[in-house]
Amino acid sequence: MAKRVGIEVSRSVAIAAKLANVDVVSAYPITPQTHIVEDIAELVANGELEASFIPVESEHSAMSACLGASAVGARTFTATASQGLELMHEVLYVASSMRFPIVMAVANRALSAPISIWGDHSDVMAVRDTGWIQIFAANGQETFDNVLCAFRIAEDRRVLLPVMIHLDGFHLTHVIEPIYIPDADEVAKFLPPLDYPLPLDPDRPVSMGAFGPPYIYPEAKKAQQVNLIDSKEVILQCWREFADVFGRSYDPLECYRCEGAKVLLLAMGSFSETAMSAVDTIREEGGEVGLIKLRLWRPFPFDEIRRAVRDTEVLIVLDRALSFGGPGGPVCSEIRSALYGLDKRPKVVGFVGGLGGRDISRADFREIIKRGMEIARSGSDQEFEMFGVRE
Amino acid sequence: MAKVGDELSWKDLEIGSIITEPGNASQNQTGDWRTQRPTYEHSRCIKCGLCAIFCPEGCIEPNQEGFFEANLFYCKGCGICARECWTKAITMVEEEEE
Repeated sequence: MAKRVGIEVSRSVAIAAKLANVDVVSAYPITPQTHIVEDIAELVANGELEASFIPVESEHSAMSACLGASAVGARTFTATASQGLELMHEVLYVASSMRFPIVMAVANRALSAPISIWGDHSDVMAVRDTGWIQIFAANGQETFDNVLCAFRIAEDRRVLLPVMIHLDGFHLTHVIEPIYIPDADEVAKFLPPLDYPLPLDPDRPVSMGAFGPPYIYPEAKKAQQVNLIDSKEVILQCWREFADVFGRSYDPLECYRCEGAKVLLLAMGSFSETAMSAVDTIREEGGEVGLIKLRLWRPFPFDEIRRAVRDTEVLIVLDRALSFGGPGGPVCSEIRSALYGLDKRPKVVGFVGGLGGRDISRADFREIIKRGMEIARSGSDQEFEMFGVRE
Repeated sequence: MAKVGDELSWKDLEIGSIITEPGNASQNQTGDWRTQRPTYEHSRCIKCGLCAIFCPEGCIEPNQEGFFEANLFYCKGCGICARECWTKAITMVEEEEE
């Protein structure tokens, strides 16, 4: 039977890795990811988890070690944040294009400079195009559940792709939440052992990561693209089956009080929980406002987004990252592109806020919605606005 | 025989472009970026094979008469064979558009 316990979300991620019975973990500690890997190291040292913990001198090496472990068919886990994720950058592409089902928790944190240990989505957005499946968690339970789902999705024969689970630095990693932790038996039923189809094996030699001359490289990239797009069906199936076993269901995006809403707010990660509370207040006052929590970032859920905003007049998108000199926030810009071809589409208003751990309170969300509606009414063609920045 | 090189569609590739057929690098025509090619004056050649020893591509072998010649499918035209040849039996000439 599952137990509901009050636990720091980072520690629950370590427990999820343990329940998934990972074989290899290679990681380098970095705030705010530290508690995750510290706990795993402790579980291994105490003999509670039979796995190899490979301490390394950098995140570049951590991800490289994960590639090697995954190549021999080991269930592989790691975690990082911010500068660590960027230091891994080039290796991330290798993991996805070589089809290694590595699972990584990313404790989302801002990028330097100025140095900031606090949360935002700058780190994620810089690795947007690395070919990983990317799922955002809004609370502790979602984080825990999706780490388990991540192994199942990544290792499915139809997928074989690495998965990132994003949890906001501090706002999730360092808070204690009530989380249902299932038994090892229940997890074992949901998550079969990894059976990688073409591992490095002296009895059946293969070459991995070979040279790709111009006559084959585009075919390799097309295969990778189709594979990532097609993974969505498996992700949906995994979430349905997770609901059958554990009773909690997930979707690529979640609509909260969207019925009859002329104005919708869209957010990702933990801030969407605060936004829900702001929507509640506005609804109580009679405002027709709803919220979309975007959970699946890659592969991008085009159809679900288009359906969700079909009857919406104004869509306000909050980004926690800035595309310098570009169209504003990456999320808003992708949503605009997704809707551009539709005959009837909402006016999309972009805000960039919550950078480097700056809080967005319930009152701030009300202000964002109010300001967003003003911008939409004014017919302004500004790309986006930075919220809460002192003039 | 399995499809090779530019006959492969994206659907033919193994996961992660893994190569399951050992030794298939020999299908890779490394000679297609050559700008110079070796020519031979057999009357000067003493069949010592030094050119084959120095060839970084390992693509020089004796022909039926025992004269050493480069396989132009692989020869990159580096000219090391011509430089090292004791008897100056090898001369590099420009590849020209046909």
